[in-house]
Amino acid sequence: MTKILEFIDSIFVAAKAWILCLLGHFLPAWIVVLVSITISGVVILCLGPVIMMYLTLLERKLIGRIQNRYGPNRVGIWGLLQPIADGIKMFTKEDIVPANADKVIHLLAPIAIVVPALMIFLVVPFGKGMTTVNLNIGLLYFIAVSSITILPIFMGSWASRNKYSLLGGMRTAAQMISYEIPMTLAVVPAIMMSQSLATNAIVLAQAGGHGLNWFIFTPWGIVGFIIFFLCATAECNRPPFDLPEAESELVAGFHTEYSGMKFALFYMAEYMNAFTLCGIAATLFLGGWQGPFLPSWLWFFGKTFILICVMIWFRGTFPRFRVDHLMAFAWKFLLPLTLINILLTALWQFTSNLAAWCGSILVLGISLWTLVKLNRTFVPEKRHYPLES
Amino acid sequence: MNIFGSGVFQGMMVTLKNFLTSYFRKPDEGGIFTVQYPEEREKAIENFRNFPFLVYDGSPEQIRCVACGICERECPPKCIHIEMALDVVGKPARKPTVFDIDYGLCMNCGICEEVCPFDSIFMDHAFEVTAPERQISLVRPKKALLKSNEYFQKIRPTLAAVIDQKRKTAEEKKKAAIQPPATSESK
Repeated sequence: MTKILEFIDSIFVAAKAWILCLLGHFLPAWIVVLVSITISGVVILCLGPVIMMYLTLLERKLIGRIQNRYGPNRVGIWGLLQPIADGIKMFTKEDIVPANADKVIHLLAPIAIVVPALMIFLVVPFGKGMTTVNLNIGLLYFIAVSSITILPIFMGSWASRNKYSLLGGMRTAAQMISYEIPMTLAVVPAIMMSQSLATNAIVLAQAGGHGLNWFIFTPWGIVGFIIFFLCATAECNRPPFDLPEAESELVAGFHTEYSGMKFALFYMAEYMNAFTLCGIAATLFLGGWQGPFLPSWLWFFGKTFILICVMIWFRGTFPRFRVDHLMAFAWKFLLPLTLINILLTALWQFTSNLAAWCGSILVLGISLWTLVKLNRTFVPEKRHYPLES
Repeated sequence: MNIFGSGVFQGMMVTLKNFLTSYFRKPDEGGIFTVQYPEEREKAIENFRNFPFLVYDGSPEQIRCVACGICERECPPKCIHIEMALDVVGKPARKPTVFDIDYGLCMNCGICEEVCPFDSIFMDHAFEVTAPERQISLVRPKKALLKSNEYFQKIRPTLAAVIDQKRKTAEEKKKAAIQPPATSESK
């Protein structure tokens, strides 16, 4: 029984090793290395767009159910071919470039935005031994690469020469730079506890306890996870943080002047970012591929998809933030909370018992209460003018 | 006491409830109320009225229409065209040979139904009327317009019952009107 489970667990790793062994019989070693890189690359390059396509379908289905209607269900059974139909539609659409646009940058922006989105896939641990590149600075790499996403968005918005695009781009820059800071600081506790920047090592640090020794089951873990998840939602411009493309205010924000496949590339980057950010959130706080009974890659994808469903749930529930509220939330609420969380993690490293639990909850409660009180907006007292008659 | 952030969870619970109940609740209990049109149809309301059609009793020869032309005159967009049939001698035969309605012009007002003294023209429930062009294909000749009284009873039972009752009493009155002279003669 355990043998079968182990086999299923390592089925992808074994398949790749088998292909490489087969080629190793009659090819020189350096070609085998190249083939190994190619296999991983091709898998990721296929995985990203396919995940994106079916995330759009999942999102439309879930949002539809939330709004009491069926989602797309006409193309294929349960609408499963809908993403392909959408893709064909996108390919056949006319590509319109504004007359006064900066044509080179206008073309480069959608290409450049997909690159960091795909690059993050490299450090995501999909399962046991399934990290494509086991970088020892994996998390640093993730933070660095994911912050590049601002640049192509701003490129596209600036090159479009459109006021709505530019406003969207400005908002993106403000929002993503602001939310990068609490996101990075929310990651710090996980790094402190696992004492490594490698994503694989962080997953291994959550081993034990029947695969349920996840960071989220600690007071600093749950706070860190919530902050990280909120920041991740803001990072990939998803509602309620979708100010860069607020369709009720800015037409379509930074991609107003994009059509056809260029527009689709922006969308692809957004959904792939959503996937990778959820994957990293699962890796950091939900134990990555750790879990009882089921194969590791199934655990990873299950956790990631639950997080994505929560993101979609957010989208179906919340109205958009106001710009000043958004900024205030990042700087005045999340940032102090992350700093307190880092302090708590440092304390947790010395004592992790019931007293530490109670102390942490007390500290968090007090800080939360203080932050809420400090962030309270001034509401002037309502004046009453009694009628004199 | 209102805990900070509790409104967020309340909102999320609302959407979660909507999501879950959409799978098993019926439309009028808050479930999905979409009617997937070509496969599913809503039941037509009895008084729903669309394009007009002609009623016949029994066989298509027993058409109620007598080609009086009232509907033709009253029709606001003038979409009805009637020609009266002539018998062998050349006298008008109180029957239409041509009865065309241009569905492309008809505005579904139902005035023809109101003005018809012979209860022969009524508004139909069939609304799926399409054509590749608007000149010829939408003109419905008499053959296409004729529908049986049974069909009329099926789609608009209340009105059909009233009309049938009216026609029956009128016929009986007619018979009675013929009968009395015979009885008076015997007296």
